[in-house]
Amino acid sequence: MTKHLPWIALAIVGAGALGVVASVRGEPVNALWIVAAAVSVYLIAYRYYALFIARVIGIDPSRPTPAIRRADGLDYVATDRTVLFGHHFAAIAGAGPLVGPVLAAQMGYLPGTLWILAGVVLAGAVQDFLVLFLSMRRDGRSLGELIRMEMGPVAGTIALFGAFMIMVIILAVLALIVVRALAESPWGLFTVAATVPLAMLMGGYTRWVRPGKIGEVSIIGFIGLILAIVYGQSVAQSAVLAPLFTFTPVQLCFLLIGYGAVASVLPVWLLLAPRDYLSTFLKIGAILALAIGIVIMAPPLKMPALTKFIDGSGPVWAGPLFPFLFITIACGAVSGFHALIASGTTPKLIASEKDAPFIGYGAMLMESAVAIMALVAASILDPGVYFAMNAPAAVLGTDPASAAAAVTAMGFPISADTLAQVAKDVGEHTIISRAGGAPTLAVAMAEIFSHLFGGQAMKAFWYHFAILFEALFILTAVDAGTRAGRFMLQDLIGLVVPGFRGSSKVAPGLIATALCVAAWGFFLYQGVTDPLGGVNTLWPLFGISNQMLAAVALMLATVVLFRMKKDRYAWITVIPTVWLLACTLTAGWLKIFSADPRVGFLAHADKFAGAAAQGKVLPPAKTMAEMGRIVFNDRIDAGLCAIFLGVVLAILVYAVRTCLIARRIDRPSVTEVPPEMVAAE
Amino acid sequence: MSWLSRLREIGNAMVGMPSYDAYVAHMAAKHPDREPMDEVTFFRERQQARYGGKNGGRCC
Repeated sequence: MTKHLPWIALAIVGAGALGVVASVRGEPVNALWIVAAAVSVYLIAYRYYALFIARVIGIDPSRPTPAIRRADGLDYVATDRTVLFGHHFAAIAGAGPLVGPVLAAQMGYLPGTLWILAGVVLAGAVQDFLVLFLSMRRDGRSLGELIRMEMGPVAGTIALFGAFMIMVIILAVLALIVVRALAESPWGLFTVAATVPLAMLMGGYTRWVRPGKIGEVSIIGFIGLILAIVYGQSVAQSAVLAPLFTFTPVQLCFLLIGYGAVASVLPVWLLLAPRDYLSTFLKIGAILALAIGIVIMAPPLKMPALTKFIDGSGPVWAGPLFPFLFITIACGAVSGFHALIASGTTPKLIASEKDAPFIGYGAMLMESAVAIMALVAASILDPGVYFAMNAPAAVLGTDPASAAAAVTAMGFPISADTLAQVAKDVGEHTIISRAGGAPTLAVAMAEIFSHLFGGQAMKAFWYHFAILFEALFILTAVDAGTRAGRFMLQDLIGLVVPGFRGSSKVAPGLIATALCVAAWGFFLYQGVTDPLGGVNTLWPLFGISNQMLAAVALMLATVVLFRMKKDRYAWITVIPTVWLLACTLTAGWLKIFSADPRVGFLAHADKFAGAAAQGKVLPPAKTMAEMGRIVFNDRIDAGLCAIFLGVVLAILVYAVRTCLIARRIDRPSVTEVPPEMVAAE
Repeated sequence: MSWLSRLREIGNAMVGMPSYDAYVAHMAAKHPDREPMDEVTFFRERQQARYGGKNGGRCC
């Protein structure tokens, strides 16, 4: 009993902090209450729920892991748990937990906070942990192979196809965030563009000058980055240079597509690897700095706990709280993409089964903490500034006066002078309609960092530092994702044309790369030219697909629980699966069939097709051809949504069938690698 | 392990670079008949394996 006493005390602290967050109305809540509540929830969830699940699935410290059984010093290496935690966390943490919560802040900070906490404890961390466990018991196989092993080859192929489509949407939406952040921003674009030659310089250094010195070259790169940010200000103020780095969103879109195509076929040591070093360390550093900054600054939250937009009329993204909040915040609460990571390199490095809860469950809790910080950051901004930055130009117009009037009319009073001043403080021409979350987060980070270091004068520097940090790892993800998508596509096409497989073949590799870039480029272009900012269209598609992948991973875990004859504990995965299916199927259905053209793709297509039939041109389209393109895009999006629904329903059928078969067998029927099996080497 | 070398190891793990010392120890223990890769070859081989193969997926 006494060992539980500190945990009971912690539970009381956490409950008290949540109570303050939930009950204070009308006066600002300090951000630290949310942080305290979150940390208490994480610690208790880990101590009790994660270790409970570990007992249920029979974590066995004496059972050799793949890193022991197949040790080769390269892919399979028994790794210290703290070191492996760093590896796994760096692989799962990306732009998602930073962007989703910022977008979700339009409904107030409370719904997002509650979903992030409940989601991670009951769904997200459970998924990461269980997939890691499944893969660890099966020689570190990938998610697709695990599904094939446990649910059959058809289900495996369907899942592989679904994962490829998700990859396409993720790349498009990430690229869109970069476009929104860098369009018409010479300072931002210069610093990001400077990272390309900088990374190549680093690549040359690690190739020929001092091979293998990752820390050394990263410090050199970091100094280069800081110089690029500082010099970027002069570029932005120069009459000659500024126009060279000022691009419209459409121009940037094509630049990015070209970049993606070229970068993903360059040798990896030249650009991808060195930039990954920079972006990984910068990401971890920025996350730590943000945490320290929030704790020291202890800022009050200016966003209300709930806004009127919970009814679905919000300007940032359309749709009511259920189901759309739960797909808008994907990473941070539950992210299906982690299933691909947890069945990637981590299970091959884990030294002992008893490390699995710490790595799988623990790292996801950490990612959730990042999401909470992003939500806090968005909520410490004046709501007027938040909505001016995130509502589409179609609502706000393009100058501070029209934007201030529109946002004030929404019920969040703000003056045109304030908006102009915020833009001036961060060294930009305008902050209006910078949708996508990254710029909003950058303004908030500039607020927090400048409070710690440098004051008002450093705000513009910190803003561009934050933009650079986000753009850098998004570009790394675009590059690495295009490569990964290429292999997925080669595998898929290889099912029909066997000769297409093989990672070293030149022609199929180039064709698959081109197809992959064309696929995400299509959605990126569509998002960039979307009058509602693109985020409105692409983010829900991303959220739906990502949460559906999570549902697929949890269904796999459910199947395995049944096949292990752990039926009575199946609720561990069934509850989050049912919730995710409810959210994603409803959201997917509404995105296709909702009669509201702001939500439903088909309703939006009908509206434009109807107008076109009468010879009218609706804004933002300026010509009949553009009208036709909008209708076409809407139908593609609806079709894509339908594909996602089809994938998840097909997996559901296979999962239920496999569970029923497993129930009829009176002994475990899982296909684990037996503990006594020892590899030849 | 000093905290600095530990920090370095965590940093290397974050970008997917395993320990060369561990590799050499493994080769000496299990494959004394084979010549282990030198450090530069090892670095290049691991870099290619991480970024050039199918493990390129980075999270959102």
